[in-house]
Amino acid sequence: MDALEGLMSRARAAVAGAADLAALDEVRVRFLGKKGELTALLKNLGTLPAAERPAAGQAINVARDAVTAALDQRRSLLEQQQLAASLAAERVDLTLPGRGATAGGEHPVSRSLVRIEAIFRGAGFAVHEGPEIEDDFHNFTALNIPENHPARAMHDTFYFPGGRLLRTHTSPVQIRALRAQGAPIRLIAPGRVYRCDSDMTHTPMFHQVEGLVVDRGVSFASLKAVLHEFVERFFERPAQLRFRPSYFPFTEPSAEVDVLADSGRWLEILGCGMVHPEVLRQAGVDPEEFTGYAFGMGVERLTMLRYGVDDLRLFFDNDLRFLRQFN
Amino acid sequence: MKICDSWLQEHVAHRLDPEALSRRLTMLGLEVDAVALAGQPLERVVVGRVVALRRHPNADKLSLCQVDVGGGEPLGIVCGAPNVREGGLYATALEGARLPGGLVIKPTRLRGEPSAGMLCSARELGLESSVDGLLELDVDAVPGSDVTTLLKLGDPVLDLNITPNRADCFSILGVAREVATLEATPLAAAAPQAVPATISDALAINLADAAACPRFAGRVMRGLRADAVTPLWMRERLRRCGIRPIHPVVDVTNYVMLELGQPMHAYDLARLDGPITARLASPGETCVLLDGQEVEPGPDVLVIADAAGPVGLAGIMGGQRTAVSATTRDIFLEAAFFAPAAMAGRARRFGLHTDASLRFERGVDPTLPVHAIERATGLLLAIAGGQPGPVIDRQEPDQLPLRKPVRLRRARLGQLLGLEIAAGQVQDILQRLRMQVEPAAEGWLVTPPAARFDIEREEDLIEEVARVHGYERIPVQPGLATVQPAAVGEVPDPARHAAVLLVARGYQEAITYSFIEPGLAARFGADPAAALELANPISADLAVMRQSLWPGLVLAARENLRRQQPRVRLFETGARYLGRGPQAHEEERCIAGIACGSRLPEQWGERAQPVDVFDVKADVEVLLVQGGRLGQLAFEAAVHPALHPGRSARIRVAGRDAGWIGELHPALAAELELPGTILFELQLAVLARPRPAYAGFSQLPAVRRDIALLVAREVPAADLLAVVRGATPAALLRDVFVFDIYTGPQVGSTEKSIAIGLILQDTSRTLTDEEANGVLQGVTAALGREFQARIRQ
Repeated sequence: MDALEGLMSRARAAVAGAADLAALDEVRVRFLGKKGELTALLKNLGTLPAAERPAAGQAINVARDAVTAALDQRRSLLEQQQLAASLAAERVDLTLPGRGATAGGEHPVSRSLVRIEAIFRGAGFAVHEGPEIEDDFHNFTALNIPENHPARAMHDTFYFPGGRLLRTHTSPVQIRALRAQGAPIRLIAPGRVYRCDSDMTHTPMFHQVEGLVVDRGVSFASLKAVLHEFVERFFERPAQLRFRPSYFPFTEPSAEVDVLADSGRWLEILGCGMVHPEVLRQAGVDPEEFTGYAFGMGVERLTMLRYGVDDLRLFFDNDLRFLRQFN
Repeated sequence: MKICDSWLQEHVAHRLDPEALSRRLTMLGLEVDAVALAGQPLERVVVGRVVALRRHPNADKLSLCQVDVGGGEPLGIVCGAPNVREGGLYATALEGARLPGGLVIKPTRLRGEPSAGMLCSARELGLESSVDGLLELDVDAVPGSDVTTLLKLGDPVLDLNITPNRADCFSILGVAREVATLEATPLAAAAPQAVPATISDALAINLADAAACPRFAGRVMRGLRADAVTPLWMRERLRRCGIRPIHPVVDVTNYVMLELGQPMHAYDLARLDGPITARLASPGETCVLLDGQEVEPGPDVLVIADAAGPVGLAGIMGGQRTAVSATTRDIFLEAAFFAPAAMAGRARRFGLHTDASLRFERGVDPTLPVHAIERATGLLLAIAGGQPGPVIDRQEPDQLPLRKPVRLRRARLGQLLGLEIAAGQVQDILQRLRMQVEPAAEGWLVTPPAARFDIEREEDLIEEVARVHGYERIPVQPGLATVQPAAVGEVPDPARHAAVLLVARGYQEAITYSFIEPGLAARFGADPAAALELANPISADLAVMRQSLWPGLVLAARENLRRQQPRVRLFETGARYLGRGPQAHEEERCIAGIACGSRLPEQWGERAQPVDVFDVKADVEVLLVQGGRLGQLAFEAAVHPALHPGRSARIRVAGRDAGWIGELHPALAAELELPGTILFELQLAVLARPRPAYAGFSQLPAVRRDIALLVAREVPAADLLAVVRGATPAALLRDVFVFDIYTGPQVGSTEKSIAIGLILQDTSRTLTDEEANGVLQGVTAALGREFQARIRQ
């Protein structure tokens, strides 16, 4: 049995000395392979006296199990080391930016339009569109602004030869919708509008969102409620509003709405009022049965207030240095 | 319109400070844009009288003045103003005074002569003025008294934004009525004192068009003093209200207009030829106006004429021939009522917008003319003396506007406002507004005062009650609404969805003007027959409606390149406009993009390469995938005037034109400094996704077969693929695609090698090799037939 013990200690040393998986496999072959040393001992059992065989056999089996266990343990260790080494070799620098292009961004005015539409859609308003090239009837006459009405002077209209025009507000959409659909109706109409005016605070094109609700029992109080809700949701903060009497030919009573700014000043943000009975009547809606309100807001103005933009003209310069600030 | 509080106070003694007054007026519907003081308070500036005057010994243009500033010795002051005279009273800045310009007065010597202070011009006192020289104070000013007090420089001036419906508020009296209503305080006496005639001179007045001019009052005044000057208080009030003092007679007519709201005109009687007629202009008739402009009024314009022709455009501007001047001694005063319908738009036609036309177009109280004449006469007598003739008052009462009673139902009031107001309160408010109120069924019958042209229907009265009661008292109360959910397609908002996709692919959204420069439009292939040119463009480069979104995007990209932004990806959604006539569909909503610079932002892992048309084509395909249109899509080589002829394609969807893609034509690119620029434009309509339908899929293994072909270079890949599809049993073909292209020495100069992969799959059983190869043989044969394509070995 001395031989067995010697073999065991040589086997242990060989396992411990195997530097990699290939060397370890050689060790396994040397001791446990078909021609391995332990295998040879087993083959030699038959040469022992019968009485010694069981004990010797058991001893060899124990030894073989021990060598196998040592091999497994070493293999596991070597495998772990190899994995660790290859992981270390595969390391990349993830502080580098991702491959390809980064995202661009939506125009701030579009962002506002999307949010305004979302707020009103949530309140049951449908979104309508209408033509930008309008006729005099829809842009003015049907809105109770007959020819030569002083309110026309406030509009600085772009005309085409022949008398058609670029709409000066999104209000004609309410006329078109009301005539097509009748009451009850609940819509907003976002879009481009045009005025022949260009200076620090005016661009010849800008965006408005018109709103119209005609139903039974609609009152100024409900108009106030809708606009309160809208303004607080748009600016995502509590807001103090001031409705002050004003004049639009197509609403009566009419109001301008101011919001109290952090500076303590009132800032005008939209115009509104109860739909003028003549407007309803012209659209075939009985003003005795239905009442309604309408409002109109300048999207650029709201956008400037929300994002702190101080120059209206930036919206149409399309300067990437400006646009990217909203990404 | 500007008003000053001191003048307002003469008509209504309110007790509101300027802030409260402007807040209350604003909340009443008379928006106050700004509140300012009439002038900056001045310390140590007093009234001084020049008691002696002599020329400066060393300077021709300077005078040595002895100035009495009240008590003590007169001060020696050197003055350079040409209008300084002995006996004159002037604002005198004493030692230590700080003037609005920042000048601090201290004793000094001018050309060797001592000067203890300064005589001031209006401008030096901080009062806007176009008049040079010293400000002449009125003869009753007391030397030594405080100029700030004398000039009422602490007088608040309110700038009001009067809405077009409130013609009645274009005057001190009108605003005073509002304040009186608001504060429930009485107005000062309304009617000015009548001035009896001292001479009998009169002029005949004919109302030739009584509908346009149903009332015309006038008066002759003779013998006005030649040396009359407008008193300082009146000049100051005019100035504060934004009107420049000109001449005592003109100043008085302006003053009365500002005070009462009745525009007036004064004619030089000596230059008037015979009786006055208010009539429509005759064809061809002309008139030279006060501003020197010669106009031809035309037959729908009311003129005031004498025997020799028009002497002014009624209610707009007087004529030069009969204008008052420095030599005028006898005048004829006019105060008329011109109907808004006859005035509307007329002034604008001549490029005019006058204080008179502003008021007449909106409606002037028809009861005012005689009051205005009397008020003006009284003022003129005090300023310039003279003898008034009798007041002439021609009118056609049938044609004068009549305020009709308007019904107001209490229930309607409450329903429209969402607020119940007690009946007594409603009645009180209406009466404070000087309306006649009679009880009637369900409410009241209300007759508005003559000045209120804007009260015609029940809603007008409801607004009146609401604004006086206070909009802030109307509750915030959500109402019940009929719920009508909107129609929602497969993609709820395709345009916005497309925008988000492009954003994810690196594009920045732009918004460019809908109108562009006509020359640029033409370069981008605008159809002249469909051009929509503005009649009144704001400038030549914003003159025609765009037929493509590209010109705007190209200019935006170029500006960004100039601002050192070398890589640009922009897109825009919006209409292009095609003049096809009002009945046709003229506005086509599109999404368009531009790409220039490198394919990717400069980075560590990719070699820098310029963007090309296939990069952008991928972007467009992404949009069409979301539109569910990939299977119906075709890019057909086509020529567009703005695009490189070999690198452009018409985009067709389901057999219809849907847009363009291509590289900006090199000539145009060089001109615009935009080399290597790629453009696309796509109709938004094709992005409305049809509803997808589930069709099942095969669980069986698929077989791939590749073929490498040699074929003429000009054969489009799409045509090859179409033939492959046609030659393959549709039930078996899952996919077909090009996975390699080679041109070069190995295939000669006229051919290309193209590798096509087919994925074949049956739904009921696994395909055998023989079957797959059979398909391939059919495909190869078809390609050979159609394109002389050969299998590349």
